[in-house]
Amino acid sequence: MRAKDKLGRSGETLAAAYLEQAGQRVVDRNWRGPAGEIDIVALEGATVVVAEVKTRRSVDYGHPLEAITPAKVERLQILARQWLQAHGMSSNGYRIDAVAVLDDGEHPPVIEHLKAVG
Amino acid sequence: MGLGRSFSVALVGLAGHIVEVEADIGQTLPAFVLLGLPDASLTEAKERIRSAARNAGMPLSPRKLTVNLIPASLPKKGSGFDLAIMMAALQAAGDVRPSGGTVFLAELGLDGRLRPVRGILPAVMAAVNAGRPDVVVADGNRSEADLVPGACVRSFSTVAELLLAFGADPARVVLPPEEAEAGPGPVAPAAAAGRAPDMADIAGQQEARTALEVAAAGGHHIMLVGPPGAGKTMLAERLPGLLPDLPDDHAMEVTAVHSLSSTAAGLTELLRRPPFENPHHTATAVSIIGGGSGMPRPGAASRAHRGVLFLDEAPEYDRAVLDALRQPLESGELVLHRAAGTATYPARFQLVLAANPCPCGRSDEKGIDCTCTPTQRRRYFGKLSGPLIDRIDLQLALTRLKRSDMASMQGQEGTAMVAARVARARQAQHDRLGRWGHVLNAEVPAELFKGPLRLPRRMSVDLDRAMDNNVLTARGYNKVLRVAWTIADLAGQAAPDRDCVGLALAYRQNERMAA
Repeated sequence: MRAKDKLGRSGETLAAAYLEQAGQRVVDRNWRGPAGEIDIVALEGATVVVAEVKTRRSVDYGHPLEAITPAKVERLQILARQWLQAHGMSSNGYRIDAVAVLDDGEHPPVIEHLKAVG
Repeated sequence: MGLGRSFSVALVGLAGHIVEVEADIGQTLPAFVLLGLPDASLTEAKERIRSAARNAGMPLSPRKLTVNLIPASLPKKGSGFDLAIMMAALQAAGDVRPSGGTVFLAELGLDGRLRPVRGILPAVMAAVNAGRPDVVVADGNRSEADLVPGACVRSFSTVAELLLAFGADPARVVLPPEEAEAGPGPVAPAAAAGRAPDMADIAGQQEARTALEVAAAGGHHIMLVGPPGAGKTMLAERLPGLLPDLPDDHAMEVTAVHSLSSTAAGLTELLRRPPFENPHHTATAVSIIGGGSGMPRPGAASRAHRGVLFLDEAPEYDRAVLDALRQPLESGELVLHRAAGTATYPARFQLVLAANPCPCGRSDEKGIDCTCTPTQRRRYFGKLSGPLIDRIDLQLALTRLKRSDMASMQGQEGTAMVAARVARARQAQHDRLGRWGHVLNAEVPAELFKGPLRLPRRMSVDLDRAMDNNVLTARGYNKVLRVAWTIADLAGQAAPDRDCVGLALAYRQNERMAA
């Protein structure tokens, strides 16, 4: 596994733990659909939360949240509906969250969570 | 977290309006939205601000930043809002303490340096008048901002120093490395290039010298018609030297206009000398009147405010350009309408026109050498429309220099002596006209000549006859009276006598010589 993928994987694990702690129940990870991949699917009460995780070592090339572009959010919308369909659920009552993980490997990682970005 | 607020100034012409800058940070993906009619150069502010803030160690929040410029209906342009927007954004993030009513006027460099902007003087004046005297500017604008009475000016060279002054965490702020070269500094006042033109340089032309003195003393417009080489341009260039220094309020007006139009930002002192504008005759109406795309900018006529606008070879100008000057000649200001708004610039200048007597320039008093056809001559002077000529108080014919004139060059009066007489005449006008709120004879409204300044009939008899013979317009009649008063003031008389009126009338009637 390449370094950037390893970093991404570790960031997703950190994010999943963060969301569990915040009261969400992670039900799926790295789900592959026709339009791409969803990092984390969680339940917050009855709401399905589709979370996109971005991990960076530093902000030298911009903040991780800056990498979640409008086009990416649009794709997450499609993926979310595909996931709901694949699991036989109605396509309302879901939302898109963004999780930024800053992990420079020396200090404790910094996690930022934005709800309902799409 | 939440909302930040700061202030800046938007200039519409010379009138400044306080602009309130609000910044809001929303809990959603990063974006930078700028609201409130920004133009293209202002939209670029986003990138400058982002880089400048990051390079000062205080990056903008990685959230959605919405900046609103109030009032939204006022079109805003230029880079002068950079600093105010950045301060509002950093306040919203809680990185600096609230700046209260402080007005910010500076452009940002990507390296986190504050850069000077144009129009600081009128902007600071507007801020003070709006009751917000605390102003922050770039170091390069410091001396210009300090010219405004009542302003409490602070200046910084870098964003980092500014942030520290507004309570930013010193551990985060990154001071830029010391640099020898810090961009263009304030422009030093133009060193007097050699010697200012002096009246002593002019050979002969005694009549023209006197007329120029009258023009300077009373603020009258003057036209010089004469063959090439007679010294028209020399005379015109020496007019500003005869004018007294500008009083404080006029100096502020002049400096404000030049603050807007100077390409190198940063005036260091009030412009005390009357300006001299000398546009080439190929100039367009926009370059003389003012205008341009977007918010109109001042032209040569406004840069000559409280000074001299000299149009050499006047008949060579486009007729549209010349006639566009009629409105400022009457009202002393130019109101320019464009899509982006309406700007008013002052344009109370003294007009000096110079022309040859005909296209070939060889028709002097005898006219035997002239090769022009009558049609050519008429077309040449036809460019100067009747309404424009009518507004010129002094119309003077110069003659070719004779050898004896060249020899008499020694012992001519210098500018200093003439200027002293002009100053005395101006004092006399001030003493007489002050109670009606006027300074110069050229500004006296016609009503005063019918009332308090009415001349005894026997003094104005020649003038009345000229009017009866249809030689003079009603406007011309009053112009002759104004010039007559100036001649009397120069001579130290309490009021014009028949000789003064006669001389004034003579200055008026040369207009017919060309027809």
